[in-house]
Amino acid sequence: MAQLNMVKALNLALREALAEDDRVVLLGQDIGQDEGVFRVTESLLKEFGPKRVIDTPLAEGAIVGGGIGLALYGLRPVCEMQFSGFAHQAYHQIENHMSRFRNRTRGRFTLPMVIRMPYGGGIRAVEHHSESREAVYAHTPGLYMVIPSTPRNARALLLESIRHPDPVIFFEPKAVYRAFREDLPDEPETMPLGKAQVVCEGSDLTLISYGAMMRPTLEAADDLASEDGSSVEVLDLLTVSPIDTEAITASIRKTGRAVVVHEGPRRCGIGAEVMARIMETSLEYLEAPVRRITGYDVQFPYFAREQLFLPGPQRIVHAAREVLAY
Amino acid sequence: MPRKRITIRPTVEYLSILNETGDLDEALDPGLDADRCLYLYRLMVLTRRLDERCINLQRQGRIGTYGPSRGEEAAHCASAIVLEPQDWLVPAFRQPGALIHRGWPEEHAMLFWGGFEEGCRTPDGVNDLPLNVPIASQVPHAMGIAWGMKLRHDPHGVIVYLGDGATSEGDFHEAMNFAGVYHLPLVVFVQNNHWAISLPLSAQTASETIAQKALAYGFSGIQVDGNDALAVYVATREAFERARSGGGPTLIEAVTYRMSVHTTADDPTKYRSDDEVQAWEKRDPIARFERYLRGRKLLNDELVREIEDDVQERVRAAVERYEGYRDRIDPLDCFKYMYADLPAELVAQREEFRQAIEREAR
Ligand SMILES: Cc1ncc(C[n+]2csc(CCOP(=O)(O)OP(=O)(O)O)c2C)c(N)n1
Ligand SMILES: [Mg+2]
Repeated sequence: MAQLNMVKALNLALREALAEDDRVVLLGQDIGQDEGVFRVTESLLKEFGPKRVIDTPLAEGAIVGGGIGLALYGLRPVCEMQFSGFAHQAYHQIENHMSRFRNRTRGRFTLPMVIRMPYGGGIRAVEHHSESREAVYAHTPGLYMVIPSTPRNARALLLESIRHPDPVIFFEPKAVYRAFREDLPDEPETMPLGKAQVVCEGSDLTLISYGAMMRPTLEAADDLASEDGSSVEVLDLLTVSPIDTEAITASIRKTGRAVVVHEGPRRCGIGAEVMARIMETSLEYLEAPVRRITGYDVQFPYFAREQLFLPGPQRIVHAAREVLAY
Repeated sequence: MPRKRITIRPTVEYLSILNETGDLDEALDPGLDADRCLYLYRLMVLTRRLDERCINLQRQGRIGTYGPSRGEEAAHCASAIVLEPQDWLVPAFRQPGALIHRGWPEEHAMLFWGGFEEGCRTPDGVNDLPLNVPIASQVPHAMGIAWGMKLRHDPHGVIVYLGDGATSEGDFHEAMNFAGVYHLPLVVFVQNNHWAISLPLSAQTASETIAQKALAYGFSGIQVDGNDALAVYVATREAFERARSGGGPTLIEAVTYRMSVHTTADDPTKYRSDDEVQAWEKRDPIARFERYLRGRKLLNDELVREIEDDVQERVRAAVERYEGYRDRIDPLDCFKYMYADLPAELVAQREEFRQAIEREAR
């Protein structure tokens, strides 16, 4: 057992992946000598050398496009985008190639690769460093879109993503990077992709979220329990594409009420998808309309305005009370 | 079918007028008049003092992460003063002095790095784009503005600033190619400060110079001593003369050095040596220009003091204006400039946001 924050937990998963499979290579800007701008790759260059941990020139398109080539050749690249806001420079490679190679070569070529990127607001970062665009990748067929929420599931999901036979976009909630520590088992641990997790059980209402928003969501669940005596179930999606319809359905059929929480924009967001699944599978179980607490459909404000903008526990509690009172 | 050689022009010029010790190549001295010299000196000193102040403000938590420009003042200030108001200037994010010269308020960088969108509000009547964070993505915009000038027979030019690291991005190369193909009035100004966060230039490109990249796109590139205000000025003036007279684009590689951290979130001791930084300290662009001005008897201790006092006052006033901002912001502003007409669903979201803020303030 070791008490680790998410940065250290991700670092551990990368170390485990590099150690267990010599085809694994890390590529990215400032990941070697500088050990990553968030230090996620700390000491890995020293331990594994410059053929496994590679500082690249400043070009996201070439990191991902070249990563595709490395994967086609038989390596297992783990690409780092320094911030998710700069993955758009690589998006044409992701959409037109990374997501498609298996299908368009009829299974002849596959891409066991991962693109890691820190996402989300709340750390007083400069413009383009705070967005949450998971819905873009969830909308791109052929990808897995994974977002951990704690040190332990971050380590387990990253290791599983690297072992996975298909391309994975791996979002790291940078607001959680150093927010808290968690006990991690000494032995490498994985969790299956595509599976949600019931974080706390309840019977009156389901709160559904993922990533950085799990913290305010859990806080809201606590407040609802202590202030109102409500029994709240909290579901952490962990993978937002493919989505775990079964887990959502099971919870909704139990509680009949739900609020979905994410910080990315509302329109065509993950919340919309979750609500659609609920409609498709469990309409007759619903006691109230499902609500969304999300970022608004505007550009993420610069940080002087971000704290008010980001969904917090109060906003979630308010929506939950309305749903419960319906 | 023969195997033959195609001759290209494999040379780029290197220009230095005022060397490290302040010695002047008199034949190359552009002979700037006294007012212009002192204006440039004052601008560089102001830029340096604002930069120092911003680092302090960051340490005190009054602005966020800040990207300093220390050591790069000659590169961006001495080039910007060449422009006429009708020319356009497109910055990256390490050219605060250039923007102040063009008419931006001194506090624009504090606002930007302090987390206020207002730091990107180009003043009315100024032909500049705001600071640009996604590396190299501004180069195509500058190319497009130059393209418009060409299509409309506008006899002006555009300067776009970028870093050495930015020359690895596709946007840079695509814009360079269009500029060459359409023979555009574009000055691509690479502020080569030797580092892109932790990546040294030697790991960024296998080219001997950045200037030579222009040759592949069919136009000329020149390398200048970027800490030599006179060389920067002369190279930029020549590039604008070429641009304005239909001679096409130019790439200027200004060889300078990032004297400070990449940003205040960066720890350069992880990747570079103090010796290297100290060696560049001796090539400080402001001290060098000061020596030149003293040599021309344009500057003495008294005037230096007077300039410092004036600059300190401008910095103080800028901080005061910046601090006054905090109380004037409306969180609902994030909806205000999204569309010409706010769609109904966003009107509803704004109302939802307003109510949430009101509730949560209780
Ligand atoms: C497209 C993109 N990728 C990554 C980053 C993160 N980043 C910010 S500055 C920087 C290095 C820039 O180096 P250079 O172009 O030399 O400019 P300098 O910082 O030296 O002025 C990086 C990688 C970014 N802002 N944009
Ligand atoms: Mg640089």
